[in-house]
Amino acid sequence: MTTLLDILSWVLLTLGGLSVLVGGIGALRMPDLYTRMHAASVTDSMGAILILVGIMLQAGWSLATIKLLAVLLFLLLTSPTSSNALASAALLAGTRPSGEQHKINDEGEE
Amino acid sequence: MIVIFGIFLLTLLVITAIAIVRTDNLFVAVMLMGIASLLIAGNFFLLDAADVALTEAAVGAGISTVLFLSALALTSERERARSSNKILSFTVVTAAAMILIYATFDKPRFGDPEAPAQTHVAPWYLEKTPEYIDIPNVVTAVLGSFRGYDTLGEVFVVLTAGIGVLFLLGSGAPLGSLPQEQVNEGLRHHLIPRVIGRVLIPFILLFGLYVQFHGEYGPGGGFQAGAIIAAGIILFALLEGEQRALSVLPARVLLGLMAFGPLLYGAVGIAGIVLGGNFLDYSVLSSDPVKGQQLGILLIEAGVGITVTGVLLGIFHAFAARGR
Repeated sequence: MTTLLDILSWVLLTLGGLSVLVGGIGALRMPDLYTRMHAASVTDSMGAILILVGIMLQAGWSLATIKLLAVLLFLLLTSPTSSNALASAALLAGTRPSGEQHKINDEGEE
Repeated sequence: MIVIFGIFLLTLLVITAIAIVRTDNLFVAVMLMGIASLLIAGNFFLLDAADVALTEAAVGAGISTVLFLSALALTSERERARSSNKILSFTVVTAAAMILIYATFDKPRFGDPEAPAQTHVAPWYLEKTPEYIDIPNVVTAVLGSFRGYDTLGEVFVVLTAGIGVLFLLGSGAPLGSLPQEQVNEGLRHHLIPRVIGRVLIPFILLFGLYVQFHGEYGPGGGFQAGAIIAAGIILFALLEGEQRALSVLPARVLLGLMAFGPLLYGAVGIAGIVLGGNFLDYSVLSSDPVKGQQLGILLIEAGVGITVTGVLLGIFHAFAARGR
């Protein structure tokens, strides 16, 4: 049982590490801010979930797991929000997506 | 393994420091300084200094970034081009670096059990804390009780810093005099941050209280809790507008909080004298000396937390009031 949990946890941790790596490469290689944020969001979502769940499996049923769960919830709430705030701030500041042809009306973020 | 992590984090720290020096965009510099703080906090944590790491993360990466940004809102985003003597500054920096590197030769090696820090008073603290104070977190015992004078001094330093900033920036124009349109509305038109912020702020405050009162058992204490609670209220101010935050905690209340912390701390010290002990000797606060120590630490940590919250919020509002 513990071996199974260990294997599962290492698989999750490796996949999480890969997600972070992919996110990092994407954030460097993508052409403009919005696509970079899109790539970096892989780190926030998949990376965070996989790594934290992986660590939770290592921690077992303990207080640490509850704390990790709280961290995960916090990350899942805050990182999309900060991405949203960043993107809308960039749009308001006049950063346009590089591939964009049509004009976005001035009203907004949507 | 830990050494490798430490070297990795320190390398990133050096890279960040070089980037901070090289950029002339102050906004970028502020963000990089937040990252630098987070890196050094990670490094502190690797060295098992969880209390310091928590403080550095809360104050360095959290609050100071916000305060720097508030200051940036008052000035320009670009650094002014300098025409100073580059050779002179290079010489000074090189000489200072040489001296610092030379000084490290005298330092004990990493993890050396014979290092002065391990042989001087630390063993005594570790040995006597269970007997005198009986709390698991020795750092809190040292900070609150054994070295209570130092912490009292730190609280007064925080108070002095707050007073200094308020003197320089003023505690803000009278609020009623501004026309309503000019009042900073924060991000009230942005639905998503507001909703999430509303969900999170109570938990941030709760976490702050946890850090405050759990400091005797785990990493935490007044300094960290004060920074976290202040961060929660600053988040409220950013989302709902500074005026709403000021109507929750008016400037006069903040001034009261700033002064109340050192007052509480000092009062606990005086109470020690009145009850027949020494200044800041908590043993006499209760019939059981150990209980008395715990009560004293709880009270002075509360004083520290109250002051730090008050000062940080006061500084934030002073900056925001200048921006109006």
